[in-house]
Amino acid sequence: MTPTVFSPTGIRFENIDKRYGGLYALRRVSLEIAAGECVVFAGRNGSGKTTLLRIAARLVRPSSGSVSFLNGGEERGGTVPPAGFVAHATMVYDELTAEENLLLFARLQGIAEPGARAETLLREVGLAERRSSLVRTFSRGMRQRVAIARALVNEPAVVLLDEPTTGLDPEGASWFAQTLRHLRDSGRTMLMSLHGESEVSTLATRAIRLDAGTVVADTLTGANFRSILAFANV
Amino acid sequence: MALLSSAAVLLGKELRTEFRSRELLTTTTVFVLIVIVLFSFSFDPTSEESRRFGAGLLWLAFLFAASLMLQPCFLREQSNDTLSALRLSVSDPFAIFLAKLVANTLFLLLTELLLLPVFAVMYNVQVLPMLHWLVLVFFLGSLGVSITGTALSAISAQARMRELLLPLLLLPLLTPILVASTEVTAALFDRSPYVQWKGVGFLAVFDLAFLTILWLLGEYLLEE
Repeated sequence: MTPTVFSPTGIRFENIDKRYGGLYALRRVSLEIAAGECVVFAGRNGSGKTTLLRIAARLVRPSSGSVSFLNGGEERGGTVPPAGFVAHATMVYDELTAEENLLLFARLQGIAEPGARAETLLREVGLAERRSSLVRTFSRGMRQRVAIARALVNEPAVVLLDEPTTGLDPEGASWFAQTLRHLRDSGRTMLMSLHGESEVSTLATRAIRLDAGTVVADTLTGANFRSILAFANV
Repeated sequence: MALLSSAAVLLGKELRTEFRSRELLTTTTVFVLIVIVLFSFSFDPTSEESRRFGAGLLWLAFLFAASLMLQPCFLREQSNDTLSALRLSVSDPFAIFLAKLVANTLFLLLTELLLLPVFAVMYNVQVLPMLHWLVLVFFLGSLGVSITGTALSAISAQARMRELLLPLLLLPLLTPILVASTEVTAALFDRSPYVQWKGVGFLAVFDLAFLTILWLLGEYLLEE
């Protein structure tokens, strides 16, 4: 992966509520994620994992409470660069080639040399030879490679992953875990939601369990760690 | 400037994907062609009747075509959640709307210009002498349709019964455009053609007003 050029960024969630009509997706969630932490959110379907990640990405506005980005424990001033977001939906265009997708998002984010950045990313995700192929001709694993390249186009300090390994075969999941390991080791802050234990979940340095929109367990390591992840399968 | 440069990048994407698949242009053009031919068979209009009713039939066909064309505008951003990727990437969400409404205007205008000769032949209406004015009316009318339709497409894409919702919301809201565009076009089809400036002015004001509303409220339309 590319050498780091971002400034280490933590995230603070303060009293986050999110309501859809009368239904609470999140209720009074307060968390502080330190820069460089790799946090896995576990929980049943509908426990609020996706909502929390989308609030962190600023795709969803909380009903009350606030999200702030931290630098050295202090709130970051000015405009915070967008987080890299990878979900089970690829968030790329099937009718564009891998290279066109990366160029599009690089240009939209004002990257100085979009061509060079796209080139680097394509090489890093192993798609340099398929750069001119339409994404719709790709396998699920290849699409997810384009997805992660798109998420990293602006070299984000924070990477959010919402069940990113859904539908990947073991080989694809293994490649994905390897890539995430590089990202974690480069000092990026990573928040991910997962269903159960996997190669990806072993990267986590902290596990948080959500249930009905509230945090019910939060642990760094130890016996609880595995039980939090296992609970997602119940 | 960031707004315009983002919009230009996104417009390039809209044009590239459409000209690669040609889904919208082909289906819309065929649809309008069918409507024009069916109207012609139903009424078998004389030259005088065509001058009186042709403009209305033409604009009704264009509006039906627009509701067909605008439907997938935001809907196809949902299959891979690309709308979220765009929202994360642009500094001003209005850039997304601006690119889409310009693309929709271009596609609609292209469809209209392709079908104008067919209409002229089938309805025996002279269009060449006033072509430049017709292009102006088509542009202003299509722009109004696209601005309104793009905004409503963003709303309906998040709703249940989304396929039905857009035409239900769109067609009543476009009544002022239909009336004004029809009157201006009818004046241009007249035996002694003239430009009805009042109608042209109305279309320009409608476009400007709805563009301003979209600029002010667009961000909220994209929220989940």
